[in-house]
This record gives sequence, structure tokens and C-alpha cells, in this order.
Amino acid sequence: MSTATATTQPADRYRAGVMPYAQMGYWQPDYEPVDTDLIALFRITPQDGVDAVEAAAAVAGESSTATWTVVWTDRLTACEEYRAKAYRVEPVPGRGDQWFAWIAYDLDLFEGGSIANLTASIIGNVFGFKPLRALRLEDMRIPIAYLMTFSGPPTGVVVERERLDKFGRPLLGATVKPKLGLSGRNYGRVVYEALRGGLDFTKDDENINSQAFMHWRDRFLYCMEAVNRAEAATGEVKGTYLNITAATMEEMYERAEFAKQLGSVVVMIDLVIGYTAIQSMSAWARRNDMILHLHRAGHSTYTRQKDHGVSFRVIAKWMRMAGVDHIHAGTVVGKLEGDPATVAGIYATLRDEHTEARLDHGLFFDQPWAGLNKVMPVASGGIHAGQMHQLLHHLGEDVVLQFGGGTIGHPDGIAAGATANRVALEAMILARNEGRDYLTEGPQILRAAAAHCAPLARALETWGDVTFDYASTDTPDYTPTPTLS
Amino acid sequence: MRLTQGTFSFLPDLTDTQIEAQLRYCTEHGWALSVEHTDDPHPRNTYWEMWGLPHFDDTGTTTTIGAVMASLDECRRAYPHDYIRICAFDATKGWESLRTSFIVQRPDTEPGFRLDRSYRAGRSVGYAAHAYATDRPAGDRYR
Repeated sequence: MSTATATTQPADRYRAGVMPYAQMGYWQPDYEPVDTDLIALFRITPQDGVDAVEAAAAVAGESSTATWTVVWTDRLTACEEYRAKAYRVEPVPGRGDQWFAWIAYDLDLFEGGSIANLTASIIGNVFGFKPLRALRLEDMRIPIAYLMTFSGPPTGVVVERERLDKFGRPLLGATVKPKLGLSGRNYGRVVYEALRGGLDFTKDDENINSQAFMHWRDRFLYCMEAVNRAEAATGEVKGTYLNITAATMEEMYERAEFAKQLGSVVVMIDLVIGYTAIQSMSAWARRNDMILHLHRAGHSTYTRQKDHGVSFRVIAKWMRMAGVDHIHAGTVVGKLEGDPATVAGIYATLRDEHTEARLDHGLFFDQPWAGLNKVMPVASGGIHAGQMHQLLHHLGEDVVLQFGGGTIGHPDGIAAGATANRVALEAMILARNEGRDYLTEGPQILRAAAAHCAPLARALETWGDVTFDYASTDTPDYTPTPTLS
Repeated sequence: MRLTQGTFSFLPDLTDTQIEAQLRYCTEHGWALSVEHTDDPHPRNTYWEMWGLPHFDDTGTTTTIGAVMASLDECRRAYPHDYIRICAFDATKGWESLRTSFIVQRPDTEPGFRLDRSYRAGRSVGYAAHAYATDRPAGDRYR
């Protein structure tokens, strides 16, 4: 590593021409971050021959005040304060070509309450910078002072439970399948059967908006008939995530207002609508007592590969600030990417009052949450009743478990599939609370519950121990430190 | 129909031994237990009648479980036809709400709900679930 230091003599520092970023002041190895600094942790893969410290300084520069050459206009500003400061660089364990770089940013660089402004700096130009072969934003420490400028989730885990009158167990949901092609009338049938069978929620899929086969108003009307019929059939509060994702904000507001008029407790948006649209819908949800569900459509394009992009734990952090109540965050055992330790780190980011740094979960910083509501993680994709003990073990109690195929694909029908899932869940919670080793005894607990529930017996016969056992790509770089205790 | 509010309504009704095991779990987590009852099963009937205050001050798990079970028995004798539930309150900062809530007594027959519909503008419909039991005055239902 180089030992480059900042050039301190003004005449030398501001001589026209190109100067290494480290010499321009973006590398400050003695800098001690203050409580109000925002800190970003990047994984940097420099091009061959590019020094790690200079690469880190370049990232600091290009994500704050720098351009490729010296400019005298810096001297009209308090530029020493506005410069981001790379202050620590360490090799990534087990990788000869990658480095972790810690970079501190002054709070005044960012507009309060704006994810768009925050991200335009931190993941703006810098990700295409030529001297880097790849760059990944692994984690961020958001100062409390900045968190206080955000409203956060409009409902939060606790108030959502109070509104729905559902405590002491994960919530259950299912995404309506097939995801495309059902008419409004047929679509509502799936919603009704799943909810009366025992689910708490059903869900539109990410790409159900308003297509030729089903106009959005038709879907909303039939879905709310189904929700209300199921409430009357069970005496329980039920909901269906009505996807209001659309081409313009005006159209999304119209759909949201219609969902509200019909008495829905929840609306849904997709991540692809963008950070500003998400914050706008969050403000609307807060004004209208609405739970806001976020489907993370598109995220794997930039979160999955470890070398380049943005870690999902950072997206989760931004979404808690932007203010969503639900977010899809991994299943561990299902069909989609999700290393157990990485998923644990993401869930901690969404649900903790104070998220502790934990390298073996990919969490580089302590993150106090300043009273922002907790986000309910959603586990969806290739999970079934036979995995209930594993799901409870990995994901805990404050989560929505969504069994789409595992409900709708049940051989005895959708309501039977829903009942199987609900009975499996309640039996597992009962056993856990009784002090049983439910993870080890899970299969026996399920079989015993199936003795009084034919739909569960059929579900276990059908899916048995179907698993998706593939190596994860997004895994932590540190292993747990062995302790003597 | 079977009212499926509460944490364990899809399982066979809990025995007293099973109820005591759940009380132990709650007590060991430091949650305050209480007994509530109602004869209005509407899903948005939040405030069931409290059978006394939550058990904040019983010391020790065994004492607390005994005291809560005694409250439950009193409530069962006084309201043999009502729904009764156990609630556990967690006063921890950042939660300060229920941690669990499960039904421990229900009426012998549960007639369920009628769904009333009213017409609104366009094709919109206003919905209201109406419990058949609440056609009779409070205190005179499920007998």
C-alpha cells in the first residue's frame, strides 16, 4: 500500500493539472469519524497496477467533491470539510485483489430526508470510474442526526400487528398464481380461498398492474369482495396487497385512493418505481393509515454479485429510512438467493431497535435506529409447510411467510393449502413456546399436527422435503470468531 | 364456523396443561399476563372486557402461572358462554404492546357472521361483517 499523504501547501495543492486523489486530501489515515459523519464501506477491486489507497481516495473523491483534475474553485468553499475522507483500507480476507475501504462523509453533504440525494452521491458516478475494475457498497453507518430527517415506515411491525390483531406468530401470505393471465373474477377466487383457508394476506405479484387480461379496477373490486367474504367466514382481519405500481405518480395515487375507498388495509409498490416514488407513497400511506408493502423487483441485478453493485443490506437500510412496512428480504431455504448469515444481517437491519455490528453477518457498523419503526421482512419464493421449523428458526416471529405454490398447488385445493400452512405454523409456535427443541423435532411436530389435519398430511406427502440446495453467491467475508464459552 | 382470532385457533382447543406451558413461556420473557372475555366476536372488536388488571406483581413463574390460572377459572365460572383469551403485554421500549394473545374458551356453538353489502358509486360495494350473536343484547348471547 502506498503511504501517500495530502499535499498541504496551498500553492502546490491547487496548481493546475492532474494530481493523485490521495494527495488531493481524500485519503486521511489519521481521521477519526465523528458521530454525525455518514460512513460508507466499499469493496474495491482496483485495475491492475492501481494502488489500493489511491483507489479508495478516488472513490471518496468521486462520491463527494472531486473531479478528474484540480480546480481552483475549490478554494471558494470550505472544501476540507466537504471532501469525503477515506481513512482505512484493509484487504478482503481470502482475496488478493480486493480491498475494503472506509469513507467518512460530512453530514452537510446530504439533503435531509432524501434517499435520492443520498444515493446520487454515494452510488452516483463513482461506480463507473475507470481505474476501478469493480466496486460494491457493502454497508453504511447512517448517523442519528440524518435518520431523524426521515419519517420511516408509516405503520411498523408493532402497529401492523395491533391493527390486524395478530400476535405471537409469523403472518402468513400467498402470492396469487399464475402471476399473469387470470381475469379479475378468477383472481378474486384465489384470494377468497386462500384467506378463508387460514392465510392472513394474499398478494399481487410484482408485474400485475393493469394488463389486457385484467384491468386494475376490476382486480381491486373482486379482491375486496374476497377479503370481506373471508373476514366474515373466519372472524379475522384479512388483507390483500393491491399492487398500485404504475407508469406515473398520478396513476399510482389514483389506484391508492381507490384501494383506500374500498377499505383495503394494505397497498403494494415495486422497488423499480424508484426511491422518490417510494418516499411519496410512504407519505401517502402515513396520511391514510395504510400498510405499505414493497416488492424488491429488480434488486438482484445489482445486489447479488459480490464484486460489484450494492449489498441488499444497504438497500434494506435505505428502505427503512424511505419508509416501507414490508420488504421481501430472503427465505434462506427457498428458491431464491439467500445465505443464512447474510439474511440474518438483513433481517437485523430491518427489525432491530439497534443493529449491532457483526462481521460474520455482513454488518460492519453499529446502527442505532433513532426510533424509526421496524420493517416486517417478507419471506417468499419456493417455501412450503414441511420447512416450518427451519423457517421459524432462521427468520423468527416477525416475518410474513409467503407460500404461493405451497398454498395454491395443494392437491385438495387452495383453502386446504392455506389450512395446512396455518396448522403447521401454529403447531410449531406452540411447540417452541413449550420449550421443545423444535428445529430438531420439527418433522415429528408436523406429523403429529397432521394427525388432526388432513390438509397438512397431504401437503407433507406432496412436498415432503423439497429443498433448493445451491451455493449462495452473496456470503459474508468473515467467519464467526470461535469463543471459549 | 370457528372464530380463528388468536395465536392457536387452528389447533384443537388447548388443555389447561397446554395453557400453563404457554403462560410459563410468557412469564419467562417478562411479559404481563391478563385474562379478557367478550360476547362480541367481531374482528375489529379490539377491547374485550378485562378480568381484572394484568398480573404485573406476582413474583416467580410458578406463583404467576397459579394466579393467572385462578383468574381464568373465575372468569370461566362467571362467563361460561363467552370467548376468553389470554394476553401477554411486553413493556420493552420499542415494543410496548401484545406479544401473544390466544383463545382459551369459546362458546359451544359459534353461529358466525353475515356479510352485509351496500351499493356505492360505480361498482364499489361497502361491506360490514355482522355477528349473528350480537343480534341479542350484550350479556344475553350464546346461551
